[in-house]
Amino acid sequence: MQDHRVREHPILPVEERATFEFTWQGQTMVAKEGETIASALFANGVRIFGQHHKDGAPQGIFCANGQCAQCLVVANGLPVKSCMVLVEPAMQVEPMVGLPVLPGVEGEMALQPPETVDVECLIIGGGPAGLSAAIELGKVGVRTLIVDDKHRLGGKLVLQTHKFFGSIEDCYAGTRGIDIATMLEEEVRSFENVQMWLDTTALAVFSDRKVGVLQGQHYVVVQPHVLLVATGAREKSLVFKGNTLPGVYGAGAFQTLLNRDLVRPAERLFIVGGGNVGLIAGYHALQAGIEVVGLCEALPDCSGYKVHKDKLARFGVPIYTSHTILSANGQVQVESVTIAQIDRNWQPIPGTEQSFACDTVLIAVGLDPVDELTRKAKEFGLPVYAAGDAEEIAEASSAMFTGKIRGLEIAKSLGRDVGEIPPEWHRTSEILKSRPGAVVVEDIPEREDGVFPVLHCAQEIPCNPCASVCPQGCIIIGGDDIRGLPEYVGEGCSGCQKCVAICPGLAITLVDYRKDRDYPTVTIPYEFLGRTIHEGDVVTVLDTEGSILGNVEVVKVRAPKMADRAYLVKVRAPGEIAKRIAGIRVQEESVGEPLGHYVGRIQDDAMICRCERVTAGEIRALIRAGIRDMNDIKALTRAGMGACGAKTCTVIIKRLFREEGVPEGQFVESTQRPLFVEVPLGVFVGVSTGERPEETAVVHATDIHEGGM
Amino acid sequence: MCIKSLDVFSTWEERYGDNLEWYRGGYSFVAYREREEQVLKSLLKVQQSYGLNIRWLDRDGLLEVIPALNPRDLIGGTYSPEDGSASPLRSAHAFYARAAERGAEFHFNERVTGIITRGGKVVGVRTDRGGYATNTVINAAGPWAKAVARMARLDVPVVPDSHEAGITEPVARFLEPMVVDIRPAQGSRNYYFYQHKPGPIVFCITPEPPLVGTDRRETSVFLPMIARRMVDLMPRLANVRVRRTWRGLYPMTPDGFPIVGRVKELEGYINAVGMCGQGFMLGPGLATYLVKIVQDSLTPEDEEVLAGLTLYRDFGGEEKLK
Repeated sequence: MQDHRVREHPILPVEERATFEFTWQGQTMVAKEGETIASALFANGVRIFGQHHKDGAPQGIFCANGQCAQCLVVANGLPVKSCMVLVEPAMQVEPMVGLPVLPGVEGEMALQPPETVDVECLIIGGGPAGLSAAIELGKVGVRTLIVDDKHRLGGKLVLQTHKFFGSIEDCYAGTRGIDIATMLEEEVRSFENVQMWLDTTALAVFSDRKVGVLQGQHYVVVQPHVLLVATGAREKSLVFKGNTLPGVYGAGAFQTLLNRDLVRPAERLFIVGGGNVGLIAGYHALQAGIEVVGLCEALPDCSGYKVHKDKLARFGVPIYTSHTILSANGQVQVESVTIAQIDRNWQPIPGTEQSFACDTVLIAVGLDPVDELTRKAKEFGLPVYAAGDAEEIAEASSAMFTGKIRGLEIAKSLGRDVGEIPPEWHRTSEILKSRPGAVVVEDIPEREDGVFPVLHCAQEIPCNPCASVCPQGCIIIGGDDIRGLPEYVGEGCSGCQKCVAICPGLAITLVDYRKDRDYPTVTIPYEFLGRTIHEGDVVTVLDTEGSILGNVEVVKVRAPKMADRAYLVKVRAPGEIAKRIAGIRVQEESVGEPLGHYVGRIQDDAMICRCERVTAGEIRALIRAGIRDMNDIKALTRAGMGACGAKTCTVIIKRLFREEGVPEGQFVESTQRPLFVEVPLGVFVGVSTGERPEETAVVHATDIHEGGM
Repeated sequence: MCIKSLDVFSTWEERYGDNLEWYRGGYSFVAYREREEQVLKSLLKVQQSYGLNIRWLDRDGLLEVIPALNPRDLIGGTYSPEDGSASPLRSAHAFYARAAERGAEFHFNERVTGIITRGGKVVGVRTDRGGYATNTVINAAGPWAKAVARMARLDVPVVPDSHEAGITEPVARFLEPMVVDIRPAQGSRNYYFYQHKPGPIVFCITPEPPLVGTDRRETSVFLPMIARRMVDLMPRLANVRVRRTWRGLYPMTPDGFPIVGRVKELEGYINAVGMCGQGFMLGPGLATYLVKIVQDSLTPEDEEVLAGLTLYRDFGGEEKLK
C-alpha cells in the first residue's frame, strides 16, 4: 500500500516516530505515533470515512479542526471525530455508515458533579493572539488559564512554514510561523501564574457567567473574572455542485493534514480563492511536492498579498482571475474540477468552461471570526475581550499585537498597575491589520554596475524586515509607516544578501555586476528541497509575475544560517534579463494543462447544510415561498440542526437570502444555542473513557479581591 | 383530549401529507420506589377509565420494553403503547400551512395592544398596525396569557416558568417509549426523555424550585443536573453526545391543569391558556373543543370534560404527575 506521508520537507523536520498497527474495516494499516485517526487514514490512502445517514453520500474530511462531524468514524466501538482523536495501537476503526449505534456501558459508574475552578482571566485559544495576551498577563501576575482544543499550542502558527510579514520588533517578522509558535509557547511557560490546558474545548458561556470546558473527557466549570476569546477564525464555505464530495475541503484543513500531521492529503490540487490563505496553501503544497493544477479567484485580481500571488505564479501555478468554480466532479470523491470565467454580474460565461484533473479542491474564500462565545459573554454581562481573528480577520502578525494590547487592557481592568498602554501600539495594531494597497509599476533600477538588490515588491503591505536587516542602511521604507514600499537608496550595498535571505515574500534578488558586466550573477531565494537544485543545473527563470525570461545556469547553491533553511541560489544571466529575474520555476507547465473536454455535473447537489444534506435548491424554494426566518428554514429542512452547530451553513444561508433579493435586516437570524461542540452526556457527571490530558494542574481558587500578585 | 390529539398526530400524514416525524413508541412512567409505584398505580385506573390503552408492567415486563433501564431497585412502571412523539417544529408548520390553505389569515410581527369591549362584549382587537373588528377572541398566548387577559381587564392565574431541554446527535434506534421519571431530586422534580423519529434523544427537566419568569438564557446548572439523573436511570446514555440545549417556558396554573372556556365577565372572550407544558400534546384535541365553544355546539359530554378546566374551579388540587 502506498504511504502518503511526507518523507522530506524543505522547512519542517520529519522526525522518526514509532509506528504501530491499527485496522480499518478489518484491514491492518500502519500508523505513526501522534497521528490523528484521520491523518493515519489519509496516510494509508483512505479518504472516504463513511456514508451519510440521509442519502448515503460519501463523507470525509472537511474542517480537520474538530468543528464539524463529517469525519466521524467508529473507533473501538465509539463514534469519534477522526480529526481530533489520536490513533492508538490495535485500534479497530470502522467507517460511520448511517446512524451510530449507541454503545453499551459496563459496570457501575461513579457519578459526580463537575469540578469548578476560579481564575482571573480565562483565555480561549492558544494561538498567536491568546499566547501574546498570556505573556502580558503572565508578566503582571494575573492568574490566567489558557484552554486550547488541540494537542499543542500555537494555533494556526504551527501550520505556517513561511516567514512572517510585519516588523521584527513588533511581531517577529522574517521568522517562520512554526518557530514563532515555539518562541511564544516557551515564554508563556515561563510564568507560573499562567496555566495551560491542551485538548480542552470551550463548550459554552452560561448566563451565570461561567464557562463550561471539556478537558480531554473531563467537564470543568471555569469561573473567570474576565474572558478573552482568542478562538481565531473559521473558513467560509462555498456553494457549488459536488461541494461535499470527499476531496473538497478548506485550505486550513489541508494545511493541518500536511504541515502539522505530515501527510500528503493530495497529489493534484486545485485552489478556489486568491486570498492569502489560498495562496499560501498553494505554496505549502508545492513545498511538499504536491502538484498545484491551478488557482481561481472570482475578483479581477487576487485579494491576497501580491508577493504571495507572484511567488505562486513564478513557481508555475496558473492563476485564473475572474473565474469561479462550477463543480467538483467524481462519483465518490473528487476526480476533476470545472471552472468558468464570470462576467461583471458574477455569472459564468458560457463557452469558457474548463476542467482539470485533480484529486482535491481547496476552498479558500475567506474567513469569519469565531465569535459566538464573545457574543454570549456580552449578552450575559461577563467582562469579555476578543483578540486576533476572533475579533477581526487579519494577519497573524496583527493577532499577536492585538493579543498583547488585550493582555494589558485585561490586566488593567483587573486592577494591575500596568501604566498607560502606549498610544503608538494602537496605531501599530491598525497598521498590521491593514489590507494590501494598490499595485504599482515595479521599479527596476537602471544602473548596470556594482552590486545591489532588486526589490520585486510593488504593493504596499505592512512589512519591513529588509530595511531592518540591511547593515548599510541602504533599504528604506517609504511613507510614514511600515506599509510603504521598500526602496534601495545610495551606493552602499556590500552584497551581504541579508535582505534576500529575510524577505517573507521571497521578492528580493541581488544582482552582481562586479565580475562580469555582461553576465551578472543573480541571487534568488529558494525554499524547496535542496536535492532539487544543484550547481550546473539549467533552470527556467521568470519575472516577478511569472513570465518566462529564459533558461540560465546555476552557479552556486548555498544555505546560509541567516536564510533559515532557505537556499540562496546564484544564477548567471544575460544582462538584459538579470534585473528582471525574480524566481525559478519549480513546476512543469504540463501540470496546469486542462482536460481536452469539460466535465459537467448533473446532480443538484450544491449543499448548503452539509451535516443534514440540505441543498441550495430546497432553501431557495422556501425563501421564494416567503420564509423570512432562518429558524423556520431550520425547522422545515433541518439546515443548521446538524453536528457542526450551524457553523458552516449560517453564512451561506444568509448569502442565499441576499441572492434572492432579501437584504440583511429583512430576515431573522437563527437563534444561537449551546453547545459549541457535541459532548457525551456522561461527561457532565464525570463518566468518561478517556484519560485526562497531560496539563492537569488545576488553578486554585482564591478570593477575587486578593487574586494575583 | 390527549386521546383525540393522538388520533390527529398519528393520522396527519396520511390525511394531509405532512411528515410530522410521528413515532408511536409508547410512554412509560417508571417507578423505583414504592411512593411512585402507588401514585402511578392510582392514576392508572383514571387513565384507563378514559379509554387510554395503559397498563402496569412489573420489573421484568418493563425491562423487556426498555432494556436499557437501570435494573437496580426497579419496581416497574406504566406503559401506554399507543402514545408517541412528533416534531413540534414540523407539526406547528404543518398546522399553520393547512390552516392558511383553508383560509385562516396569519399576521406575523404584529403586536396586539388591546382588546376592545363594549357593553360586556368583545368587539375587536387593536394592534400596533391597526385593528380588527371581531366578536370572538381566543387567548392562546401561552406564557403571555396573563398579559393578554389584562387587555380585556380580566385575569388568569397563569405564570410562566422555565424548563430546560436538550437534544443529542441522532443514533440508531434503541429506545421505544418516552421515559418519565417523577422522583424528586435535589434541584429538580420530574424529567423525561425520548428518542425522536430521526434518532436523537430529546430530554427535558423541571427545576425545583421553579424558575419563575421568562428568563430563557442557558445556565451551567442544567446539563450536570439532568445528566446525573439520566445516566443513573439509563447508563447507556452516558455515551450519547449532546448537541444543543435550550430553555422553554411552561405556562403554569396553580393546579397544573389548563384553563379552557368562556368567561362570565366578558362575552366573546375564550381562554385556551395554562397548558403547563403540555400544549403540544393537548393542542390538537383541545382545538376540536375550541371550535365547538366558538360555535356554541358543545355536547353534554364535552361540557363534562371541560368542567374540570373552568376558570372558576378550586385551584387547590394538584396534578399528580407534575
